[in-house]
Amino acid sequence: MFETLILMLDATMRVSTPLIFAALAGLYSERAGIVDIGLEGKILGSAFAAAAAASVFDSAWIGLCFGITASVALAMIHGFACITHRGDHIVSGVAINTIVAGLTVTLSMYWFGMGGQTPTLSGDARFLSITLPFADALADVPVLGLIYSELLSGHNILVYLAFAMVPMTYWVIYKTRFGLRLRAVGENPHAVDTAGISVAFIRYRALIICGILCGIAGAYLSTAHNAGFLKDMSAGKGYMALAALIFGKWRPVPVLLACLLFGFLDAVAVRMQGVVIPGIGEVPVQAIEVLPYVLTVLLLAGFIGKAIGPKAVGRPYVKERA
Amino acid sequence: MSQAKVPAWVNIALIPFLNIMLAFLVSGLVILAIGENPIEAASYLIYGAFGYDEGVGYTLYYATNLIFTGLAVSVAFKGGLFNIGGEGQAYIGGLGVGLVCLALDKTMPFYVIAPLAIIGAGVFGAAWAYVPAYLQARRGSHIVITTIMFNFIASSLMVYLIVNWLKEDGRMAPNSRTFEENAWLPYLHEFLSPLGIDIGDSPLNFAFVIALICCVLVWALLWHTRWGYQLRTLGTNPTAAKYAGIDTSKVTIWAMLISGGLAGFVGLNEIMGVNHSLLLNFTAGYGFAGIAVSLMGRNHPVGIIMAAILFGALYQGGAELAFEIPTITPEIVVVIQGLVILFSGALEHMFKDRIEGFFIRRSVA
Repeated sequence: MFETLILMLDATMRVSTPLIFAALAGLYSERAGIVDIGLEGKILGSAFAAAAAASVFDSAWIGLCFGITASVALAMIHGFACITHRGDHIVSGVAINTIVAGLTVTLSMYWFGMGGQTPTLSGDARFLSITLPFADALADVPVLGLIYSELLSGHNILVYLAFAMVPMTYWVIYKTRFGLRLRAVGENPHAVDTAGISVAFIRYRALIICGILCGIAGAYLSTAHNAGFLKDMSAGKGYMALAALIFGKWRPVPVLLACLLFGFLDAVAVRMQGVVIPGIGEVPVQAIEVLPYVLTVLLLAGFIGKAIGPKAVGRPYVKERA
Repeated sequence: MSQAKVPAWVNIALIPFLNIMLAFLVSGLVILAIGENPIEAASYLIYGAFGYDEGVGYTLYYATNLIFTGLAVSVAFKGGLFNIGGEGQAYIGGLGVGLVCLALDKTMPFYVIAPLAIIGAGVFGAAWAYVPAYLQARRGSHIVITTIMFNFIASSLMVYLIVNWLKEDGRMAPNSRTFEENAWLPYLHEFLSPLGIDIGDSPLNFAFVIALICCVLVWALLWHTRWGYQLRTLGTNPTAAKYAGIDTSKVTIWAMLISGGLAGFVGLNEIMGVNHSLLLNFTAGYGFAGIAVSLMGRNHPVGIIMAAILFGALYQGGAELAFEIPTITPEIVVVIQGLVILFSGALEHMFKDRIEGFFIRRSVA
């Protein structure tokens, strides 16, 4: 039982990683007042760019760089539409998701001709698991040994990076001058403008960070979690990250917990496939799969706490003219 | 900037035209980048969509779905609501159609089944839009997020229902049994070929006529009823609507119910018109494509019909194109669709302000 639990938590960490990156990406963007439903598209675009570059250059790190570049470029399109041209944030996000869904398949057919996939990656082209020091030696120690060797050790570097990004984000958002301004831009851009700080520049910088984080999420999917790009491989992870962002009420630590919860539900759903619970019978996998979405709707409805987003989110900033 | 001085044709025709041209230009660049000739690709595309009888039929069949989802998006949009959940509402609408057909096709004649199926599609689609609508109107939760969540919930629900309950016994394929023929919407080629109009063996069916009727009804509802006035007031200025005594939450809920019902009608075309059984993922992105259609059609039924035919042509022509030039996948159409959303939606102000400025200066001078 204990071992099963540890294995499920281990799976939770791996499944949660892209959610954590993407949800934190959304956090930077939305705290700065830009709604980003284009997380999905950025993850997918980066997953493709990373897998393609990793297979060509045979290096996961180069793949990661390309993934981040692609994702930041998409974030800049979003910024150009929403910040510079005061376009609708939702429409722009939908546009990015749609373009990427089509473009990744089109380009991968052209470059690799494998029905919308990239070649299978191996060796240096993937991020491989890292065994923490003494993991094997300590594996036999009761309880703690298993936790250390199974749960904490044996992940790839991006998993550890995801968890490190949470305190990092907390520090940036709450303890730096940039973070203060970023939050202010999301709550009351006029006040920031009055203080002589460029609203647009802060929002663009927030989107660059958002792009970088989504880029890592995508690269993780195609070069660490899987061995290559598959058509539509982001499979709604961007939307789920958005749900986690709302569920965590736009704050780094609760967002992490929401991602872990959603990841855990995913691990449970895989585990419960075909399992019969005495007295209840077989629980349909779909019932567990929808829980993240149902929970988020319930939260939004105000049945579990209250979700109040940044005040100026989704509204283009227009300077008042005399 | 006063709108009055800008000639109407600028907003209705010139700006949408520029936006679509820009989208095509960028798509052409993509095709050029993958080493193919965009002009040649365009000619295959146009031939595939309009060049022969069956192609035209297919184009209009795709357009049928897009008219439904385009209308759905625009009714909500007129009230200032972004219904991004057309995909889920269409899916559940299809469930409504499928349940009616499966329950009655062995006992009832077509003229009993058809109206019930239409009601089934509308009611199921509307019901799926009701919860997000209620939450937006009464509890202030954002409709975009809730409708996205409902798309995923719909998808899981349909997998569960079809795999566990509706699947044909003893078969592996996740779809229901095929309906008896009296629960099929008639194909239009059966009516048109005696009249000398040939659309080949295309899947164009009676749902297309229903779509056109919906356009007229939506037009009448939005511009010629008190409720339509209330909806447009809400969309233009919610505060003014409130002060004018309009029950905004009621209008919001009804707008979403109508929107969801219209999206649900996709099920008529797909389930009752073409597939004749309930199956997975028949919505195939039409819900999202509806956003592009409504943006391009400027939220007006006439514009939506034109935009839907254009996108229908892209779907059909895209399939033809992929057949003629194997390096180009049908997904190129999705790219074009996304670019249209980008240019005529998100970047609409890029040209608009400048062009309007030009006409205002000219009329002043």
